[in-house]
Amino acid sequence: MAILEVKGVNKRFGGLQALGNVNLSVQENTVHAIIGPNGAGKSTLLNCLVGKLIPDTGSVMFDGQSVLGRQPFEINQMGISRVFQTPEIFADLTVLENVMIPCFAKRDGAFRMHAIEMVASEKGIREQAEQMLEDVNMLSKLNEHAGSLSRGDKRRLEMAMCLVQEPRLLLLDEPTAGMARADTNNTIDLLKEIHDKRNITMAIIEHDMHVVFSLAQRITVLAQGTPLVEDTPENIKGHPKVREAYLGEAN
Amino acid sequence: MLGLNKKDALLFMIVALLVGIAPFLLNPFPEGSSLGQMFNAGYPDLMQRFVIFGILVIGFNILFGLTGYLSFGHAAFLGIGSYSAVWMFKLLGYNIVPAILLSVLVSGVFSLLIGFIALRRTGIYFSILTLAMAQMCFNLAYSVLGNPNSNFNLTNGETGLQVYGNDPQYLMSEGSREIPHLFGLAMRDSYQWEISGWLFTFNTGYYLSGIIMLVAFYLSIRIFRSPFGLMLRAIKSNKQRMNYTGLNARPYALAAFVISGMYAGLAGGLLSSMDPLAGAERMHWTASGEIVIMAILGGVGTLVGPILGSGFIEYFKNILSKINDSLLHQWLSWLPDGLEDGIVWVLHFFVGKGWQLTLGVLFMLVVIFLPGGLVEGGQRVGRLFRRKKGGADGASAKQPAE
Ligand SMILES: Nc1ncnc2c1ncn2[C@@H]1O[C@H](COP(=O)(O)OP(=O)(O)OP(=O)(O)O)[C@@H](O)[C@H]1O
Ligand SMILES: [Mg+2]
Repeated sequence: MAILEVKGVNKRFGGLQALGNVNLSVQENTVHAIIGPNGAGKSTLLNCLVGKLIPDTGSVMFDGQSVLGRQPFEINQMGISRVFQTPEIFADLTVLENVMIPCFAKRDGAFRMHAIEMVASEKGIREQAEQMLEDVNMLSKLNEHAGSLSRGDKRRLEMAMCLVQEPRLLLLDEPTAGMARADTNNTIDLLKEIHDKRNITMAIIEHDMHVVFSLAQRITVLAQGTPLVEDTPENIKGHPKVREAYLGEAN
Repeated sequence: MLGLNKKDALLFMIVALLVGIAPFLLNPFPEGSSLGQMFNAGYPDLMQRFVIFGILVIGFNILFGLTGYLSFGHAAFLGIGSYSAVWMFKLLGYNIVPAILLSVLVSGVFSLLIGFIALRRTGIYFSILTLAMAQMCFNLAYSVLGNPNSNFNLTNGETGLQVYGNDPQYLMSEGSREIPHLFGLAMRDSYQWEISGWLFTFNTGYYLSGIIMLVAFYLSIRIFRSPFGLMLRAIKSNKQRMNYTGLNARPYALAAFVISGMYAGLAGGLLSSMDPLAGAERMHWTASGEIVIMAILGGVGTLVGPILGSGFIEYFKNILSKINDSLLHQWLSWLPDGLEDGIVWVLHFFVGKGWQLTLGVLFMLVVIFLPGGLVEGGQRVGRLFRRKKGGADGASAKQPAE
């Protein structure tokens, strides 16, 4: 069953056709990679899914409901979380607080006044956040300021913030960019484990083909705003059109 | 204790202690001595201002310190609170309970309206919107709604709103006191203790305001440490991430705005309770600017910063405005004449009516050298001491929000 259904989406920025008639369907419980050269429109496509941009035409259905016209926080509450291309974290807060916030959002919804209760006495939330930090190997950095983390750690933190919400669909925009090889491999293992254990559907944008072929069950190739092919990793590897559009970046 | 962690509880106890013994602390010099005339600050009206402006800035800090939204019109709520209280005195009588309740309520309603509009924008546009709306309030109070000859005279314009003999005061009975009081306990009443040249004044209004400030301070600590407070800090840190985490930032910011507006209204109600007169100048944009300066000077986003900042400004405003040229000449008489005149000529601009100039310079120095305000200054001094003593925990990690 398709959990995400994108149909005929177009998006123009002035004279630039960033997305041209994009159709994409992501099946439930799969990892679906979207690859393509720089400027292909991958991030723009994600922006259309999470309410950051509104497509000029077309429809985006998540779990049978349209996401168009909804605010980002409403879309997140529907079950879509996103890891950004440049990490978006709460830089002034501690690592633990960063992970606790999505826990509160999951438990309390978009707005709830808990003004007299103490964060310190929210044992359940704290345990949940600590467990998540342990899963991403960051428990030792619990009290550090998120802004002072390394780039790779910031990405892992952002991933933890998204994962702790147990979204139904996780969107990852180049989750391993800027990571060292070892961290990249850890991230692959983490995502694999999360996918197997918690059945989270993922759509992942990635330039690193090692990551793509380790994780993805389906791959869509995007070039100049239009999907070229969609197929299994085995078939994509040898596809002549893909090699043509993507030469140089694939290896 | 009180549901606070050890550090916060200690901080609260220290502040409570200082409020309690302020009449001694602020009068360190004998009554009538020249040092006393200059530096003593233990007078009822000044001490009342310390704690009342403390409340105002504590509330302001909940908005600015936590969410980062810089309101440039907060004095409007102070003024609205003041007018509301005086109206209660006029209509019901001099008991301050209904007056203060109405102050908080009306300023809450106004801040809901103003916040709802202003929070559609962020950053400088938000600040300008609040400034504009506060100036509108000022103008309404100063002229439009304050024409003494019209039937609808809400604010009594330039003269200011006050209680007149022919006001209804429906709840006044025979023998009720003719000055603001709390069930008979007049705000103006003081107990004076004279001991070998020293004079200490224990004023009812001060202690009542002090207790209310402690309650306000306690609530602000709770808010700082609550999930709600965490969300407010999230707004300041990264609104985009907050949105994509499923949180609606707008109502959180609005709630903070209304809470801080109600704190300001409470402060305004208390000001009127100490002296039952409300004027439009309380809402002027310079008054709003002063609130911002107090908050930044004390240390934005810290717990005690607002109390330090407001106390600091009120104290030096008082001292600097007392200094005049002849006093300067007296102090500098040991200098050669020409030099003395020169220095006095320069200093002249910084004292008396020029106190704002000095505070401006001080503010500049703090912002440049102590971006964390007086709280950061205190922390630096504290660290210096600890290092000298043993150096064991000299490298203790940065602590957010003292
Ligand atoms: N907000 C915007 N306004 C104008 N043009 C934009 C905007 N966002 C993206 N574009 C343009 O749209 C095209 C697609 O950009 P997009 O960021 O989606 O590419 P991408 O596939 O994510 O590339 P990369 O691999 O470099 O991240 C680019 O030419 C980009 O310059
Ligand atoms: Mg991109």
